[in-house]
Amino acid sequence: MNSTIPSQTTLPWLWRLPALVYRSGALIISLLLIGLIVLLSGASPIEVIGRMLVGAVSTPDQIGRVVATLSTLLLCAAGLVYTFNAGLYNLGVEGQVTFGAIATTFVLRLLYPEEATASLLPPPLTIALGILAGALGGVLWGLLAGALHVYGRISEIFAGLGLNFAATGVAIYLIFGPWKRPGVASLSGTQPFDESLWLGTFGQTEATPVGLGLGLLALLITIVVMRNTYFGLRLRAVGKNQYAAHVLGVPARQQLLSAFFICGLFAGLAGAIQVVGVFHRLIPNISSNLGFLGLLVVMLVNFDPLWVLPVALFFSALNIGSLQLPLSLGLESSLAGVIQGLLVLFALLGRGLAQRYAAS
Amino acid sequence: MNRSNNRFKALAAFTLLGVIASACAAPQSQPAPSEPTAAPQQPAPSEPTAAPPAAEPFIFGMVIVGPVNDKGWNEAHFKGAQYVVEKLPNVKFEYVDKVNPADRPNVKGSQVADEMIAKGAKLIIFNSDDFKDDALETAKKHPNIVVIHASGDYAWKEGKNYKGQPNLGNLMSKMEPGWMIAGCASALGSENGKIGTVGPLINEETRRYASAAYLGARYCWENYKKRDPKELQFKITWIGFWFNIPGVTLDPTKVADDFYNSDFDVVMSAIDTPEAAIQGKKAAEAGKAVKYHHYSYKGGCEPAPDICLGVHYYNWGPGYLDIVKRVLDGTYTATWTWAEPDWSDLNNPDTSAFGYLKGKALGAENEKFLDEFIKGLGDGSIVLWKGPLNFQDGSVFLKEGEVATDQQIWYLPQLLEGMEGPSK
Repeated sequence: MNSTIPSQTTLPWLWRLPALVYRSGALIISLLLIGLIVLLSGASPIEVIGRMLVGAVSTPDQIGRVVATLSTLLLCAAGLVYTFNAGLYNLGVEGQVTFGAIATTFVLRLLYPEEATASLLPPPLTIALGILAGALGGVLWGLLAGALHVYGRISEIFAGLGLNFAATGVAIYLIFGPWKRPGVASLSGTQPFDESLWLGTFGQTEATPVGLGLGLLALLITIVVMRNTYFGLRLRAVGKNQYAAHVLGVPARQQLLSAFFICGLFAGLAGAIQVVGVFHRLIPNISSNLGFLGLLVVMLVNFDPLWVLPVALFFSALNIGSLQLPLSLGLESSLAGVIQGLLVLFALLGRGLAQRYAAS
Repeated sequence: MNRSNNRFKALAAFTLLGVIASACAAPQSQPAPSEPTAAPQQPAPSEPTAAPPAAEPFIFGMVIVGPVNDKGWNEAHFKGAQYVVEKLPNVKFEYVDKVNPADRPNVKGSQVADEMIAKGAKLIIFNSDDFKDDALETAKKHPNIVVIHASGDYAWKEGKNYKGQPNLGNLMSKMEPGWMIAGCASALGSENGKIGTVGPLINEETRRYASAAYLGARYCWENYKKRDPKELQFKITWIGFWFNIPGVTLDPTKVADDFYNSDFDVVMSAIDTPEAAIQGKKAAEAGKAVKYHHYSYKGGCEPAPDICLGVHYYNWGPGYLDIVKRVLDGTYTATWTWAEPDWSDLNNPDTSAFGYLKGKALGAENEKFLDEFIKGLGDGSIVLWKGPLNFQDGSVFLKEGEVATDQQIWYLPQLLEGMEGPSK
């Protein structure tokens, strides 16, 4: 125990409050701060939140986009539950999404060359192979981060960030180089795939049943694995205390690599969905920062997959509804990012204070 | 896992939040705001008469790729839309700027258009070549809404990419002569014949612009300065996008500096932001005899007026006004419009598709040459898209005496022979 921080037993009685007080207190402070920032930007906090939430569900298009964002976010968040529970801060999830998207694009271009008029295989099979390739690409990038961490003794944070830059660099190279549009090298991405290679959607919206199904399935599997299997138990044991787990016979390295494997798999699937379901091409920022958003979601729910769905849905709604800020209120939409960040920051703070000081 | 490691990871979590906050922040390329960045415009004041109930305003929306206060391409479009609001009563303008994957990661152009249409917009304008897919998608999805893609060619029946979408039109200012004027001014302003260009990304539009500038520079270098064309070094460095995206594009500040530090005494800007001007000013203050030429925005000489040779700028107002009027009276049909300048009065805001303002650094004598050149372009006595012209790889573009067609110019596949820099 760090001697500079008083333990619970040495605290004055006034500080020894129930955990709930710390957590709700942090939430209230975060809401007050958000309100203050919104006021300083010249708007009404109630109106801002209201517009963002209403702006996420007012039209079928908006609901479709919330669902499309949710699908990718669920895949990222489900994967991150494994790494967080293994005690890993897998910041490399963005790169895993990106590399998955690159792998999907590679296979789709292979099976539907630019000069061709139709896919070499039936389009559903081509899409399926593309998605599979995305998963494998994510696994490859995840395991690379895992190997650097486990065998190279490099912090997974720095390994992940480095691999994010590398994946983005590869994507940009391909978009400006071998995969550029005919006669055009632009950040707008590669040539869009033929519509036969687009995932089917709910009506005219952007939400795809396949994307949503994969997201929900990944989450369901994660809930079952983390709560009802020895694998989940061992993973948590490694996350709590790697040395103790090792002493008790848990193969820590294997568990850590498994966590990277699964997270990479789900993130790669997310990248594949971004390609075949959302953008229909490879763009430089194909992840749309949803991997980072997934980190916030999982941290906010204290790594418990049971709560991922509602929080991810809320964040997806904020993400889509934030477009109303410039449209309706003349505000910068990055305010939504500030709101999300503050909520998570104070949730972490409340949890940390509760763990350290709360009366048992 | 020991405690120090946990603290380190907690620190990393906060770092992550910082990363996300910075990812959400405004782009670094955005100049200091001189305009409101995203305030929807109010409808023009209604007539002061009391009687009839106010009709619903006509709403048109614009999806803008960069910041509206960029002193460049985007601001010119924004001003064009404002011009329409000033000229027509009961017309309302909505917009969202910075619609690009770096600034708004999970936002597509078509998504913004959907939002505007849901709020009542009857006309949607996409202001960048990068929105060609979004424009087509929006037009297909909303067949009763007129969609204009500024700079594209999907509505050009004689073009290579005609889509036949009845509600999708194109508008583009015919800026090629403007680039010829810019090239001429740059050659007149150069002492050593070394002209550098800070270019955006490579596509048909930027290739023909750069080539037009080269043709203008070569003509004036040879005919007015009476110098050997072989002495002219015309180099372009493409940064990869219309403005700086840190870590993704080349940094235009460094590109401009490289030119100024490599003895290029004139730098032309072909991007949306004013790095050539700012770095030129620094170089001049450090004692270098350098000048620059700006592009796209009327106030392009303001950052460094003493070393500015001139600026050719877009004037979207008349083109947009014509489209809105035709949509309002129900006569709009999807067309591809390559809007001409008004050669009798280039800077007329009501008639010319582009304008040209001379800078202080041009000098009185060169002004006379430039006026003569502009007059020649306007009356057709100077035709620069004329053979013999070769492509950069040595293949023939135009045979002796052959004049390029609109298609040959629009779809220029390479830079021209004599230019330095990649074509593809």
